[in-house]
Amino acid sequence: MRYAMAIDTKKCVGCSDCVVACQAENNVPIGFCRDWVVEVTDGTYPELELENRSERCNHCENSPCVRCCPTGASHYAEGGIVLVTEDKCIGCSACITSCPYDARYVHPKGYVDKCTFCVQRLKNGLKPACVSVCPTKCMYFGDLEDPNSDVSKVLKTRKHKTLIPEAGTKPHLYFLI
Amino acid sequence: MVNSRRDFIKVSAIGTAGIMAIDPITKAIGNTFAAKKGPVRTPTYCEICFWKCAGWVYKDDEGNLNRIVGHEDDPSCNGRLCPRGSGGLGMYNDEDRLKFPMMRVGERGKQTFKRVSWDEAFTYIADKLETLKKEHGPECAALFTHGSGGDYFGRLIKAYGSNNITAPSYAQCRGPREVAFIATFGQGLDSPEPTDIRDCKCLVLIGSHIGENMHNGQVQEMSDAIDKGATIITVDPRFSTAASKSKYWLPIKPATDMALLLAWIHVIINEELYDKKYVEQYTTGFDQLKAHVAANTPEWAYGITTIEPNVIRETARTMAKEAPATIVHPGRHVTWYGDDTQRLRAVAILNALLGSWGRRGGFYNPEKAKVPAIPTPEYPHPTRTWRDAMGGKYELADLALANGVCTATIPNAQMDCHIRAWIVNGTNLIETLPERHKTIEAIQNLDLMVVVDTMPMEITGWADIILPECTYLERYDSIRASQYREPTIALRMPAVQPKYETKPAWWMAKQLADKMGLGAYFPYKTHEEELDWQLKQMGTSLEEMQRVGLKKFERHYDDLYFKEGEPQEFLTDSGKIELYSNTFASAGFDPLPVYTAHPQPEDGFYRLNYGRAPMHTFTRTANNPVLTDIMDENTVWVNPKVAKLWGFANGQKVWLKNQDGVVSSFPIAVRITERIRWDSVFMVHGFGHANKLLTRAYGRGASDSEMITHVDIDPIMGGTGMRGNFVTFLTEKAEGGAKV
Repeated sequence: MRYAMAIDTKKCVGCSDCVVACQAENNVPIGFCRDWVVEVTDGTYPELELENRSERCNHCENSPCVRCCPTGASHYAEGGIVLVTEDKCIGCSACITSCPYDARYVHPKGYVDKCTFCVQRLKNGLKPACVSVCPTKCMYFGDLEDPNSDVSKVLKTRKHKTLIPEAGTKPHLYFLI
Repeated sequence: MVNSRRDFIKVSAIGTAGIMAIDPITKAIGNTFAAKKGPVRTPTYCEICFWKCAGWVYKDDEGNLNRIVGHEDDPSCNGRLCPRGSGGLGMYNDEDRLKFPMMRVGERGKQTFKRVSWDEAFTYIADKLETLKKEHGPECAALFTHGSGGDYFGRLIKAYGSNNITAPSYAQCRGPREVAFIATFGQGLDSPEPTDIRDCKCLVLIGSHIGENMHNGQVQEMSDAIDKGATIITVDPRFSTAASKSKYWLPIKPATDMALLLAWIHVIINEELYDKKYVEQYTTGFDQLKAHVAANTPEWAYGITTIEPNVIRETARTMAKEAPATIVHPGRHVTWYGDDTQRLRAVAILNALLGSWGRRGGFYNPEKAKVPAIPTPEYPHPTRTWRDAMGGKYELADLALANGVCTATIPNAQMDCHIRAWIVNGTNLIETLPERHKTIEAIQNLDLMVVVDTMPMEITGWADIILPECTYLERYDSIRASQYREPTIALRMPAVQPKYETKPAWWMAKQLADKMGLGAYFPYKTHEEELDWQLKQMGTSLEEMQRVGLKKFERHYDDLYFKEGEPQEFLTDSGKIELYSNTFASAGFDPLPVYTAHPQPEDGFYRLNYGRAPMHTFTRTANNPVLTDIMDENTVWVNPKVAKLWGFANGQKVWLKNQDGVVSSFPIAVRITERIRWDSVFMVHGFGHANKLLTRAYGRGASDSEMITHVDIDPIMGGTGMRGNFVTFLTEKAEGGAKV
């Protein structure tokens, strides 16, 4: 089992519904977020390109956050999901500094919080909140080891990239381009 | 716009100084979705925009509202709400909501109110309307409305004896396209537009920014079309989100779209790319059209639009190649330059030549469920309307003009103006109507202004009586019967009891009717009673709808698309699709669309383009705590070349000043981006609120409406063209800026 997510930048319109749905699902306080939308413009008028990306924790296979965590709060869970055990976290923020994707924040209650791929929903056979709400259906989620999963199928047929591959973290968030 | 997570947190932190102060919100949105007993859910349909997606409101174990999720069977959303719908709880939890009925005590517009009881408020309104009726006749009252409450106040005002019922969504938005399509096909588009985007192979967007306008079902279908490899052609001076998804982006010089449309028609006719069988069988006026566009070559259009002739030809050929599965999208907000009905006529003609009207992948024939009205006495017949103030103009307008009612409220010696009372339901007219000074002049001439809203808005500040409505999550409303490929109905019911002293609009209208002796028009005690009666006529019941939320019906007519070669009757004068409009000819208007040059900005000024952002609906959401967390102010988009000339840094605050010397009340941050042409700027509509009671929205960004003091009236239907305004920048606030 190896969970991964692919986001189709050709369909994403940057509406941030993924952010709103995540905040509601995961009780993320106003002013914070586990996922966010990035818009990148390239070129000079009128030769332009625009990429919309819904970003979040990359659930890396070689995660600097897990490696640097002094208490073991950051850890790998089933399917390669990177999680933080709230009551083991001392809020030292070493993981925040180590993450090349800036995917973590300190929750007002003192622990570090981040995307969990909505592990509580996965247990109930549901997809992550962002995936299930997205109006453009630009997000694909599933098990990379299952060739029939949505994410495996789309990665087989579409050109894709990962972010900051040079950091060597082996990220599992893919962007279809 | 948020460009990184750090930006998000920074922007959010500014927007919600004092996170702890709004703790009820974070508490309300829990994560106990998978409660052991199974979640408690009630059906609703969204009121945050006009798309009205059906959904489910979930509560947690403590009975707190927890989240809103789209209804899986609803063609408006297919189980996926947009960010605004997902953020609907923010409307309920907004601590700045209107809480009690209020009565003005000081000068109108000075925002001095006292709290009154519902009965005091109703007595004041009823007495005032009674006096006005005696002195001036019932036609002196008008209703401005946007949203569900319009049904009830509409009934009230009709029972009172007036049919001055108007919505800015017509003459300030989609009116011209309705008139143009009625003239051409004998049928308007209505809402949601019956565009068969899901099955189209070519989608042409002219200034329509699907994706930034979050018309949910349409955004979803565009995404499906992208998946299926449809070609998108976008015409926009701005590199919109839709433009970035397009094979062809035509960065047109603003205000020249008509020339491009005529050149496309020229190519399609002259290269014989049109659907010959369809044109011959269904249309009239082809020869006149052919002669009319003979000179409108791509080379001619190049000099006007800056779009190269080969691009015009190539895109026209692409449209024809994919026809009839080609949609030249009519757009929605189309009141731009005053010749908008004619521009939309050109769009309609193009669709007719491509044979896309009534064809798969083009425009389907929608069907709507008929919701029977509960029997009431016949309404009185008004002898005068707002039209009497128009001097016989705009006869082709099929709905009332909000600006027309405004004009009819300002005393005028030449014309019989007589409107003296306004009920304003859910529409912030100060921001919705252009020419703010005129709106305010009209308001100052009123004997009575009642405003019904959930939030304090600029318009509530001008009211004599404020009636605080509860949000859509706290009330019943009329059955939603949206037009689609198959008829559906959806129920909205309260998920919770209304907060504070707020009440539903149906209750207010009924109480007022009872007080005014018009109770017979509301022959029931509760809305449930009426809904149950209506639903039973339709073969269901309130009880069933409370369980299922949404119901689909079979089509009555087997005509989603035209049957190949079968004769069709169109509801035009000639019974055919009128390429040449007989209606326009007999009314004295150009029977075929003509290109007119529109003014371009003077040196140092830039055309003001405005539009939408996907996480906001006009001014309605500007204070919603969930949505301001995503976007809490607008920016003015400036091309880097222009920014260099002005020496602007990204994020620098500037004031805008328009061609009439009006200066924005608030500064706005400059967003330097290649996505905008050097001759125009862009800003998202709905920001720059001047009402201090909106603690998150007050003074955030600037209002585009405030800058729209020049209006080009559409001579055909009276729409207010609003894209002929030009702004320049002030780096320091000048004296004498606009008030309100």
